[in-house]
Amino acid sequence: MSSTFDIVADVISETSEIPREKITPEMHAIDDLGIDSLDFLDIVFALDKKFGIKIPLEQWTQEVNAGKASVEEYFLLKNLCAHIDELIAKKNA
Amino acid sequence: MRLEYFQMIDSVVTFDAAAGTIHCRAIVPERSPVFEGHFPGFPIMPGVLLIETMAQASGYLILGLNELARMPFFMGVKKAKFRKFVQPGAVLDVHASLVHEGSGFTVTNARIEQDGPVCDAELTLRIMDFPSEELRGELVKRAQASGLVPGAAPITEAT
Repeated sequence: MSSTFDIVADVISETSEIPREKITPEMHAIDDLGIDSLDFLDIVFALDKKFGIKIPLEQWTQEVNAGKASVEEYFLLKNLCAHIDELIAKKNA
Repeated sequence: MRLEYFQMIDSVVTFDAAAGTIHCRAIVPERSPVFEGHFPGFPIMPGVLLIETMAQASGYLILGLNELARMPFFMGVKKAKFRKFVQPGAVLDVHASLVHEGSGFTVTNARIEQDGPVCDAELTLRIMDFPSEELRGELVKRAQASGLVPGAAPITEAT
């Protein structure tokens, strides 16, 4: 799996005290890992810093609330990592 | 300060948008019901109110940076340390600096000084649209009165 996933999983483990070995790309941050909104902000803060990006959490939340995107689109870890890779690519373009 | 109304910041001394910093002043009242319970015979500012003071300074910083467009709500505190007691009548220098501006949230470092360090913490604030025009109007008034936005005299005097 990509190094992005390893970094994301490390951050989740450190922030939420979830054992690192239990975190897999197919997991859902909320449904499977039980991460609440405050912990998720801490995770986003750490990922923003680590990757030098600004994860558009407000936009994602609005899209989900408006039914324009599924929750899995942004909160399934492998999808989250893909979006992070896109943001990194945009930053480096 | 008006402790019973949770108005902790009296004035903004300096606000530097480019640096992402603010320096506020907060004058602890000589008398308050808070001190009757905390503690009898030894009145000191409760630690939670010092955290609130740092959160409000951080809030003023964010309001200044976003030009009163959106409302910061205090939602997290980390690494809070209280280094000395604050007594009635104390004049506090409250500093906050922007650590990270995320999507819908902001992280700041804040500290209070009074002849040296009093306390410090890392704070997280959620940034949302104003939930009511009444609140926005009140915040605009306070921003003007505090000196964050050039305008009027300080909100309160120490009592």
